[in-house]
Formats: sequence, C-alpha cells, structure tokens
Amino acid sequence: MIIEDDAVRCGDAVRTDANKIALRNVFKIFGSDVAHAVDLIRAGQGKDAVQAETRCTIGVNDASFGIREGEIFVVMGLSGSGKSTLLRLLNRLIEPTLGSVSVDGQDVTRMSKRDLIELRRRDMSMVFQSFALLPNRTVLDNTAFGLEIAGISEVERNRKALRALEAVGLDRYAASRPDELSGGMKQRVGLARALANEPTILLMDEAFSALDPLIRTEMQDELLRLQAEHSRTIVFVSHDLDEAMRIGDRIAIMQDGVVVQVGTPEEIVMSPANGYVRSFFRNVDVSHVFRAGDIARHSQVTLIDRAGHSVNAALERMRAHDRDVAIVIARDKRYQGMISADSLKEAVRAGGADPYRQAFLPDMNPIEAETPLAQVMGRVAESRWPLPVVDAQGRYLGAISKSSLLMTLDRAG
Amino acid sequence: MDFDLSIGAGASAAVEYMLDNFSPTLDAIADGIGLFADGIKDALLWLPAWAFITAVALFAFWRIGWRFAVLCGAALLLIVGMGLWKETVETLALVIAATAIAITIGIPLGILMARSPITAAGTRPLLDLMQTMPAFVYLIPAAMFFGLGAVPGTIATVIFSMPPVVRLTALGLTQVNREFIEAGLAFGCTDRQLLFKVQFPLALPSIMAGVNQTIMLGLSMVVIASMIGAGGLGNTVLTGIQRLDVGLGFEGGLAVVILAIILDRLTQSLSQPAALRIPRLARRDSPIMHGAVEMESAPAKAGV
Repeated sequence: MIIEDDAVRCGDAVRTDANKIALRNVFKIFGSDVAHAVDLIRAGQGKDAVQAETRCTIGVNDASFGIREGEIFVVMGLSGSGKSTLLRLLNRLIEPTLGSVSVDGQDVTRMSKRDLIELRRRDMSMVFQSFALLPNRTVLDNTAFGLEIAGISEVERNRKALRALEAVGLDRYAASRPDELSGGMKQRVGLARALANEPTILLMDEAFSALDPLIRTEMQDELLRLQAEHSRTIVFVSHDLDEAMRIGDRIAIMQDGVVVQVGTPEEIVMSPANGYVRSFFRNVDVSHVFRAGDIARHSQVTLIDRAGHSVNAALERMRAHDRDVAIVIARDKRYQGMISADSLKEAVRAGGADPYRQAFLPDMNPIEAETPLAQVMGRVAESRWPLPVVDAQGRYLGAISKSSLLMTLDRAG
Repeated sequence: MDFDLSIGAGASAAVEYMLDNFSPTLDAIADGIGLFADGIKDALLWLPAWAFITAVALFAFWRIGWRFAVLCGAALLLIVGMGLWKETVETLALVIAATAIAITIGIPLGILMARSPITAAGTRPLLDLMQTMPAFVYLIPAAMFFGLGAVPGTIATVIFSMPPVVRLTALGLTQVNREFIEAGLAFGCTDRQLLFKVQFPLALPSIMAGVNQTIMLGLSMVVIASMIGAGGLGNTVLTGIQRLDVGLGFEGGLAVVILAIILDRLTQSLSQPAALRIPRLARRDSPIMHGAVEMESAPAKAGV
C-alpha cells in the first residue's frame, strides 16, 4: 500500500495566457474639447481635474486588460459606468480617443476602414439588448444578414443561416417576421445572426437584460451550451451580478469609466478591490458562485487500490493523520470508494479477498466538481463524513467537509 | 422716402438672362420631358377604357380589398359616362410624368440631406420656397422658358410637388433607430450597404408617404397648369369657369376628386402589406401555418 501525498491541483485547470483581445491605456472622451482633455491626460492629470477643466466626460478611463481566447469575459457595472462604451471600442462602433485595442495582435485602432469592415465581417459579431432585428426581413434573412453583407452567395448564406437557426432551435421559424416572435425567440435570432458568420469573437451588449428572468436564465444556459459545443471568445456586458457570476469565466468591474477589478468570480467575491465592488456582492449568495470543485480540499488520506496493499499500514496511516476515513483511488486517480477505520477493521475480520472493497462506506457517491455549491450543501451538512469530489473523468480532486464548507460561507459573508 | 429694392426686376432679369444664354439647353430639356410625358399619355390612351378600368380594379382588389375595387370600377365608369375619359387619362399621364421626375430627383436629394447637414441646411429654404410660393407664379417663367403645353405644365408640377418626397425621405432616413445602424455597422456594412440594406428599407414607409404627398400635390398643380395649356381635366374646369358653366366645372372637378381618391388610396397601400396574400410555394407565410408550427414546437421547447 502506498499513501498518496502529492497534491492534486483543485479548481481551475491551468489556462494558457494567450490574450485574444488586449486593451492598453484606452480612453474614450466625449465632449467639445477632446483635444485639450487629451493634452491634460498626457500631462498626467487625473480624471476629476480633466473633467473639471475641459467639461469633457471621460467615458472610459485608462482601461488596460486582456481577454483570453475562448473565455466568457463579463464587463459589469452600474448604468453609466461606461461598460457599453467599452464594448463598442472593441469593434470601433465608438472610436477610442487614446490607447490601443488589439485583436489577435492586430491594432484595431490603426486599421483602415476597409480592414475594419473585414474584421467585423470575419471575426466579430455583436448581439444587442434591443435585438435590433430588421423588421422588414424574415428570420432567415435577418440571420443571413452578416453573410449577405460579406457577399456570400444566396444559397450558401441561407444554408449557413439555417444551420445557425437550428443551433438555437428556431429553424422552424425561418419564414416568420421578427414581430411574430416573443422576446426570447427574438434574441435567439439575434444570437443566430451573430453566429452565422462563425466569428471568433462575440460581443454581447446587455444581450439578455430585456428578457424576463426565466427566459434570461434559459438564454444563459443556451449560451453556455453553445460555448461548450464551439468555444468562442465572448465579451458580455451586463449589469446583472447573478448573470455575470453564472456565465463569466472572468469579470471586469467598471466604476465611473474605470476598470476597478478584473478576476474570476471567486477572486472578486473573496477579495473585492474596493467598497464599490464589495457593495455588489452584499446580497450575493456565495453558494451560487462557487462550485464543488472550488472548495474541495486535498486534506484526506488517499489509498491506492492495488494488489498487495497492506491493511495495517493503511490503518496506521489514518491514525497518524488523525483521520477516521480514507479515500481509495485507482492508479489513474479514479475515485473508487471511501472507507473508515472501523469498516476496514470489520472487513479484515470477515476475511474477504479484497478488504477495501468490502469496507466501502455506503452512499458515498462522489460529487461532480462542476456542481454548484448550493446543490451539495444539504448533502454535506447531513453526511457524517467529508464528501469526495471528482472531475468529469471521475478522478478524485479532494473532499468537502462540514468545516471547509462553513469556512467558505463565513469568509464570503 | 423712396425705398425700392426692385426684386421683381431682378427676377425678370434673371429669367431673361437664362432665356438668352441657355436656350439650347432649355430646348433639350423641353424635348426630353415632352417625349417622356407624351409617351406616357399615348401609352395610357392606347389602352381601351374597359381594360384600364379592369386593371385598376384588380390592382385595388389585390392591395386593398373588394369594396375599394368595386368603388374604383364604379367611379371610373362614372368618368366615362361624363364623357371625360380622355381628359382624365391626360391628367393622369401628366401626374405620372411629373411624379416620376420629382421622385427621381427628390429621393436622392433627400438621401443627401440625411447624410450631410450642410446640404440639409442649404436645401431646406429652397424647399420652403418651392412649397409656399403661390403655384401660379411658376407658370410664368415655365411658359417663358418652355412655351405653352404639357412640358411647362410638367415642369411647374415637378417644382411644386417635389418638396414632400425630399423632406420625408430625409426625415425617414434620419429617424432610423440608432440600434439598426449599429447592427449594420457591427456586421461590416459599407456606407452604401448601410444605406440600401438597412436605412432605406426601414425608411420606406416615410418615403412612401412622401411619394403619396407628391402625387397629391402634383394632381392639384396639374389642374392649375391647364392655364398654360397643359390640357386634361384642368382644361375642362377652366372652360367651365370661362363659360360660367357650373355643370361642366362640377363634372371636371368631380373627375379630379375621383382620380385623387384612387391615387391616394392605391399609393398609400403600397407601403403596407397587400390585402390579398398570394400563397408562395415553399414559404410558410400564411398565419395558419404559423399556428401549427407554434403548437408543434411548444413541447420541444419545454424539453430544452
């Protein structure tokens, strides 16, 4: 028998840090005397001083961050915080005043009009809060709009548009007009239109905010499903914290044009950058933010299930670590079962060929790492033992005990 | 104190100057417009009255409904009965010619106004002038430039009737919602694509209202233009006035009203969907089909 001591990394798998989109010192200044404001900013003046002197409004103030390939990046803030402006700087629907925005290493702010149009046709699509479906076109023609603009032949664009409509479950409505659809269906068409030209980047401006809460959740699930099928880089603007927490891989929080914090939902909940950020989370139920994998700790004794293991060594090991139970895993780290010192002794006394298997505690089905904490809290609270957590392949990641659960809830509260 | 700017003398001088220096150009324009207006008139007159009336009634049935189709047929038969068919068709031809020219110039001008504030600022007073200057005033220079007949009548009508289509085109385009413009741009529209694929279709109801107003103004001006020999129903009315023949004047006036009602309703209907849906194969346009589709898909959606 061998005791497994090497740490298994819990939570996020290690990501590659390839930035799909990168913003460097981006400003957007609105007003009549932008040139003067730019001079002041270049001279190192702060936002308040510039606004007081020039009467310009600084919509986006010195934004610098990266958006990674394949992630859902949520930009969150109150209305008027500049988040929709920030989004429009990415495809230059609004021209940045200063700074650079690069997509795949290309500086969007320096692109010629022709290159910019090419980028919008090929790489970036947008979904709007108000849907912005053209009322004079059928659902199919709306979906094919981007392809039509790009000069794709009618047969080809209708084929692609129909496929995009299928993906959102609306192919039956291809011949309908937008005004015949409900709000949720309209936004599915908006989504299909954005997906039809197979962009690598999806810009979503409060895309689900106009929908009622039930439909909104449904659309979020739809987006997550589509993202699971075909990963794109999604920049999602929202003022809804629950939405940001549900779908965001990372969140940027904006306050008065400043990006005050960028991080994963967990990071932001655990260590908010300032009071403004903290105020967002005052009413957040952390059990919806965290998943089982986030708080699973590798604090239990693990035993590798193989021929010739020694029961006595296992018992000794459990005693040494002051643990009543141990996790049995296969060589490939697959979770096998959980045993207690008592059940193991019992099994040895009974004298079976495989004491581990006979000692497995009943009802110790592992929890999937992606399960929201809210769904496992009841089980953890009721269980006498810590509950094992496994990844999608069934590999053991760690266990959740009552005390670790309480600690998480307490820290965030 | 004698204060006289003699603007009237200036206007006369300008007209004389143009007559002296641009005669060939004016003649060429006159020939072109004459050819166009006469062509339309000849084509309409070539058609027998019964064929014309049937065509109008069928169109009315398709766009609006059977009631209006019956009304159209009866009203046009009344005109035939009054012995004013030829005059009515002449008037219609003039209106069509003038409107075609007014739209051809007016819509592009409206687009320019919508896209450039400078053009808009320069054009607006001109439109005010065209619209409010008493209609008779156009007749004098028109007759001086182009003589008597259908051509000056058409030109005077174009000038008088063009402002609504220009204004409403510009208004319709500038009122297209910002979100549609953003959507168009976000999907990579060029300026031209944005205009023709997004703005223009969305502004179409407003533009059609402008076309409708232009036609109605054209009709009223065509009657006045009979004073310089434009012909048509205006002549009938004018003769009625000159002879103090109330009956003839009333008949001519009634025919104008009938023409106005038919033109108004038919052009208005163009900006709305047709009353009679023509089923197309492979397209699920009918409301019945939609109901069926919705019912089928309801359980499927619940499963998602």
